[in-house]
Amino acid sequence: MKAVHENTFTACRNACKLCTPLGACLTFRGIEATLPFLHGSQGCATYIRRYFISHFREPVDIASSSFDEQSAIFGGGDNLHRGLRNVIEKYKPQMIGVATTCLTETIGEDMPMLIRQFVKESQGDALPAIIPVSTPSYQGTHVEGFHAAVRAVVESLAEPGGRAGKAINILPGMVSPADQRHIKEIIEDFELPYVMLPDYSETLDAPTVAEYEKIASGGTTLNSIRGMGQARATISFGSTIASELSAGCLLQQRCDVPEYRLGLPIGIKQTDAFFDVLGELSGQVIPQKYFFERGRLIDAYVDGHKYVFGKRAVVYGQEDMVVGIAAFLAEIGIIPVLCASGAESGRLNENIRRVTPELTQEITVLEGADFLDIEQAAANLQPDLIIGNSKGYTFSRKLGVPLVRVGFPIHDRIGGPRLLHLGYRGAGQLFDRIVNTLIEAKQSSSPVGYTYI
Amino acid sequence: MTVENELSPTKVKEELLKVFPAKVARKRSKAIVVNEPGASRQIQANTRTVPGIISMRGCCYAGCKGVVIGPTRDVLSITHGPIGCGFYSWLTRRNQTRPASDTDPNYMTYSTSTDMQESEIIFGGEKKLKQAIEEAYEAFKPEAIAIHSTCPVGLIGDDVHQVAREMSRQLGINIFAFSCEGYKGVSQSAGHHIANNQVFKHIVGRDDTTVDAKFRINLLGEYNIGGDAFVIEDLFERCGIELICTFCGNSDYEGMCRSHTADLNLVMCHRSINYMADMMETKYGIPWLKVNFIGAEATAKALRKIAQYFESASLAEKVEKVIAEEMPAVKTAQQDVKTRCEGKTAMLFVGGSRAHHYQELFREMGMKTISAGYEFAHRDDYEGRDVLPSIKVDADSRNIEELKIEADPKRYRPRKTKEQIKALKAEGMAIGEYKGMMPDMDKNSLVIDDLNHYEMEKLLEIYKPDVYCAGIKEKYAVQKAGVPCKQLHSYDYGGPYAGFKGAVNFFYEIDRMVNSRIWSYVQAPWQQRPQLEVGYVL
Repeated sequence: MKAVHENTFTACRNACKLCTPLGACLTFRGIEATLPFLHGSQGCATYIRRYFISHFREPVDIASSSFDEQSAIFGGGDNLHRGLRNVIEKYKPQMIGVATTCLTETIGEDMPMLIRQFVKESQGDALPAIIPVSTPSYQGTHVEGFHAAVRAVVESLAEPGGRAGKAINILPGMVSPADQRHIKEIIEDFELPYVMLPDYSETLDAPTVAEYEKIASGGTTLNSIRGMGQARATISFGSTIASELSAGCLLQQRCDVPEYRLGLPIGIKQTDAFFDVLGELSGQVIPQKYFFERGRLIDAYVDGHKYVFGKRAVVYGQEDMVVGIAAFLAEIGIIPVLCASGAESGRLNENIRRVTPELTQEITVLEGADFLDIEQAAANLQPDLIIGNSKGYTFSRKLGVPLVRVGFPIHDRIGGPRLLHLGYRGAGQLFDRIVNTLIEAKQSSSPVGYTYI
Repeated sequence: MTVENELSPTKVKEELLKVFPAKVARKRSKAIVVNEPGASRQIQANTRTVPGIISMRGCCYAGCKGVVIGPTRDVLSITHGPIGCGFYSWLTRRNQTRPASDTDPNYMTYSTSTDMQESEIIFGGEKKLKQAIEEAYEAFKPEAIAIHSTCPVGLIGDDVHQVAREMSRQLGINIFAFSCEGYKGVSQSAGHHIANNQVFKHIVGRDDTTVDAKFRINLLGEYNIGGDAFVIEDLFERCGIELICTFCGNSDYEGMCRSHTADLNLVMCHRSINYMADMMETKYGIPWLKVNFIGAEATAKALRKIAQYFESASLAEKVEKVIAEEMPAVKTAQQDVKTRCEGKTAMLFVGGSRAHHYQELFREMGMKTISAGYEFAHRDDYEGRDVLPSIKVDADSRNIEELKIEADPKRYRPRKTKEQIKALKAEGMAIGEYKGMMPDMDKNSLVIDDLNHYEMEKLLEIYKPDVYCAGIKEKYAVQKAGVPCKQLHSYDYGGPYAGFKGAVNFFYEIDRMVNSRIWSYVQAPWQQRPQLEVGYVL
């Protein structure tokens, strides 16, 4: 393994990460009848809304306490209370997830106290659950914000129950709505009752129907979250989450629910591990459908191997996605020569090493990198392929190397929320896209223009 | 829908306000006006957004960095703050630019941020900012660097202006800072003002080089979304009009430095840039004219105004020639789309000027604007500049600096004598005037400022317009409600819509949208067949 890059730049030039409150808002959008609420300037809500909307192409409502200069100096308790009141009257949510911003963290707003005050002042009114999460944007990335919100919700709702329940918990991490739908399908096929948190598979990939809904239906129900403390087990995806941010860890410590921590199930090996756990927990053999799906995937690997083996790829984005994609690439014979993220959990390097033991000498890992770091490193590595979100397009174009879009944000292609990465099926789709991208590059650079490849 | 809705606009207004708590309803009530041209109705605008109401507004930083400063290709912007703001304003407005050659600088694809961490929040971020400036200088060697402050910067007390001065001396380039923290003002409008002030102080007037041309102008408030500026520039060129600088679209630093050598300022987006027009008039003696290059007729009118201002028969002749070349294609398209679009309805809730400008285009294609409003405008954008003296300055606006401008002792040169201005005004030329949006709208149309998410849903439900114009935040909610939504911030990845060619583009795009068959597929045939319903019940 080549040395982990040490950042020689102080400034961030074209960031490969987003801010913490964004992640929290995404989590809240995956809970039934819940409205995300940002305590800070209204610009944060507007920016984050527009970013989600350009990826998901769905309505995304995020309320704000709309700070002004006065509240920035004297505190925004009043703004928060008025904001909550208005949101409750208009949307009648079951839950409001209140995330802080750099503004309110800097002035040191005491969120639990402000919310207690609000509840006290509203005595007699039926109130939704109001759950705060601390998400200073000067700490961590959107992924930390996402996990912090999952944990905050579990912490305030889930009650210990001596593992009396039949259900399992599934914490999928920051994956696409299509991924979430697929995970649910798999678990249902194992006939396991489950609670998935969050679940934005419907709220952020909603159908157009005759009747318009103010808060899109779907999402994890509050009741099922309450039951998470009684689950038989928690399956959580993601190997780079800090324990103090992991809801799975919390459930284990507080409610004695055992946690199965797995990497994102991308590719055969990692999906096998997921199915193994499901088999163990359900006591069932793998459903026939997946036996075939897995077989077809291997068949595709065999068919496509001649196009991919020995190719070199640059992978960047959220750390867990990068680990998952790297493992998958190693499996199909592509060398992930550069694995990079803007995040700095300190766990990217070891996890890449863990999933690609045979390629140790050939992989460079960049932590806390921006896109200029990535571009510079990539230019020296002569990659055949780049895999990551839309933000890598600029350097992909500059280097003349094709980009396969995965993860978030994807705002220069349609269908980001429908991209499937997980399971045997997701691996199959990723494999086809990767192979076809390589074939296309070869085909268009060929002077002959072969149609038969 | 038909224009004659069974609900009167007054009833619609009541309906919109019904759900709000009494205090909020009272406040919102003043921002919703049933229009009556000539009756000088007052609208509440540029007031603080009610918390929790889901406004479409952005913040001060967005107005400064995103709108005004962002589109100039060779001024390098550094966002001073945690990573979010820099990331979200990273070319998301899709401004286009065209450097003279491949080797000329274009920093617009970069988003540089100090990426503040907790230690800077605690111990201050000035040191990191200095390092960031040094690095940016090393990497790009720009002529000018702009520093944009985000929320925490003002709170922790970083003196960005002092850092700018110090680094400017050290590196020998023009470095200036904007105190555009997100919590300032009530919307992005505060950021526009702050940006205008600093650009005027630190850039305008730095280079007295005068281009040898007869008709020198600046274009203010045109941001080159979808290539609008390219269309307008082409028209100027064909008419023999020399464009010194655009604030700010397809713009460069040199043009800004020389902009005070122009003889006329044309103002497109009144809201975001009128400060600049006023300040340039006071300091350098350059009059300004409100124009609109959105709409073919409006474009022709704007070009004719320029010729009239310069009192040049040769320019007038060229202008007429260009109009005559362009109009036939517009007329053909107009006649064609009218057969399918005449009588259809539109709503526009966008910007601080666009909601006004685009009504021209809809009118040209026979469509009717039934409701419109701005996101971040002031009363003068609705009611006209005549109301300026009567606007009460509240605490939020008072905090935004008003520069005291005086005539430049050496360079003040009135481009027109008082008599000339008087004569031009007598000819009907509205120099230094803007009448606002309301006089141009129909009686009984609804004018609504800072429309929020809830009111938008209600309006759609009541009116079911044929097209709704807004931005990305509204787009998919509107479409889920079964109404096509045209983005007028980013143009839905289309454009240009300015000038004559732009008008034709717009006609056909709206035609496609309002006549799309997709909505007829929402209900599947098997949902409508009664025998199936029976089967379902059984």
